[in-house]
Amino acid sequence: MADDETRTFPGARPPDRSRRVSSSGLGLQVNEWGDPDAPILGLVHGGFDFSRTFDVFAPMLADAGWRVVAWDARGHGDSDHADLYSWGANLRDHLAVITSASDEPIVVVAHSKGASEMLELLAGRPAICKAFVDLDGLPSPFSAPDINDRERRRLRRADLAASLDRRRRRTELRRRPDTIEGLAARRAPMNPRLPREWLEYLVTVGARRDPDGWRWKIDPVLHLGGFGPWRPAWSMQNLASLSMPFLGVLSGVADEPMGWKSRPQDVEPFLPPGGRLEHFDDIGHFLHIEQPRRMADLVLEFLEPHR
Amino acid sequence: MSRRTEVLAQGRLRLALHTLAEGDPDRRPLLLLHGLGESSPRARPLWTEGWPGPVLALDFTGHGESDVPVAGGYTPEALMADVDAVLAARGPCTVVGRGLGAWVALLVAGARPALVCGVVLADGSGLAGGGAEPPSSYVEVLRPEPERRPDPFALVELSRDVRPPDYALDHLRFAVEDSELEHPVVVSARVRPAWLEAVAADVDVVELPLDEAVTYFADGDRRPAIDG
Repeated sequence: MADDETRTFPGARPPDRSRRVSSSGLGLQVNEWGDPDAPILGLVHGGFDFSRTFDVFAPMLADAGWRVVAWDARGHGDSDHADLYSWGANLRDHLAVITSASDEPIVVVAHSKGASEMLELLAGRPAICKAFVDLDGLPSPFSAPDINDRERRRLRRADLAASLDRRRRRTELRRRPDTIEGLAARRAPMNPRLPREWLEYLVTVGARRDPDGWRWKIDPVLHLGGFGPWRPAWSMQNLASLSMPFLGVLSGVADEPMGWKSRPQDVEPFLPPGGRLEHFDDIGHFLHIEQPRRMADLVLEFLEPHR
Repeated sequence: MSRRTEVLAQGRLRLALHTLAEGDPDRRPLLLLHGLGESSPRARPLWTEGWPGPVLALDFTGHGESDVPVAGGYTPEALMADVDAVLAARGPCTVVGRGLGAWVALLVAGARPALVCGVVLADGSGLAGGGAEPPSSYVEVLRPEPERRPDPFALVELSRDVRPPDYALDHLRFAVEDSELEHPVVVSARVRPAWLEAVAADVDVVELPLDEAVTYFADGDRRPAIDG
């Protein structure tokens, strides 16, 4: 293992404050940047990410006069590992953190799966939010048309058995230890457009150092994909029902493994009244990490009237 | 007999598995799955009298004598893993599910076709779930009540889970394609939400009253011994 166990990244800044929120007894890690008296901006990460992945993006928003409140989903980052995980439980956790921060409506910026979850939460609880920015979290039923039904069933069947096998071994599951460089290399296939320097920095804020090496903190029972009858079309129904000002941002890079691959023409018919959609052909799914200044400027311009 | 209870590990949670009848230990067990908000029966139901092997009943997570998880997160797929813990401990079983248990029984029949030797889908609480399409969004932070059973989180979450007919049919196909039984799925329920209507209409599915369904799989259970 290398002797140097710290990493820096240009512009990355740790949170100014941290606290815990109980979501029905489950501890969630909340990290904040910026003036505690500034208007609140909730920042929601995507699947397999954690709030410290905002270490560059969040300070840019905070420095523009927002109190940025980000949190780790259950089982992710420094939040508690849960007995059970579900989409609905994540929605409750989001609500618990938001209501712990303010009784008044706040603005929310969310990425990927976190954004898709917020679509559903805000469809049911519109009073908690006065403006919403969705960063590439707009799953449409028209994406991934290259997988036929037979192949989709085969994948689901394999995933079912693998998930049950993993549950059977739950108490034995451990994330594989590695060096900082090794852990960054293993994450690279999920984040192929992000620099290795960034991924190594992420290890030092998103993994823990055990005697035998670094391990990601995420609960080992969690895995990409999951199973259940979730359908991307349901997110479009939630999108159409939103009542607050809305900005959607789509990545146009087609070969991103973590992206939803939705196209503007898939989403536009479901935009809420007055909703705005931006599309970037040249940025991958992790828009706020790949081009943080450009995304921060876009978000700040949209949110300015909603302070 | 009064029921005998053993504890199975499901991660950090403990599941209560009850033996309602010892039966012939060389025969396959019949596993009963209760409905939403229910728990296992205290004694073997009359309709199981035709089953020659052990009769077991599982309390799902958050129900009966099983543990209550912190802060919910219930899905039918998580309950499917509860059943899988029984299959891991006891080997192949025939499964009868009531209501919510019927939906879980179908899922696990598709996921573990080599270990689930026939399922019976019966009427009961939680048969419809949240319907074929998502119900209106409803999110509320609930107060933790670790000693309360059934767990209120389970009641809220498992009464709203979406059950598309094509998802049910996928699991039916998995079960039919890999089962050693010709008709591994029997429908006894008279109430037919959309998912169950689709399953019952499939050519590979048999419809029988509950007691006859149990006897149907009991006979199927005996057939290899007769043939052998």
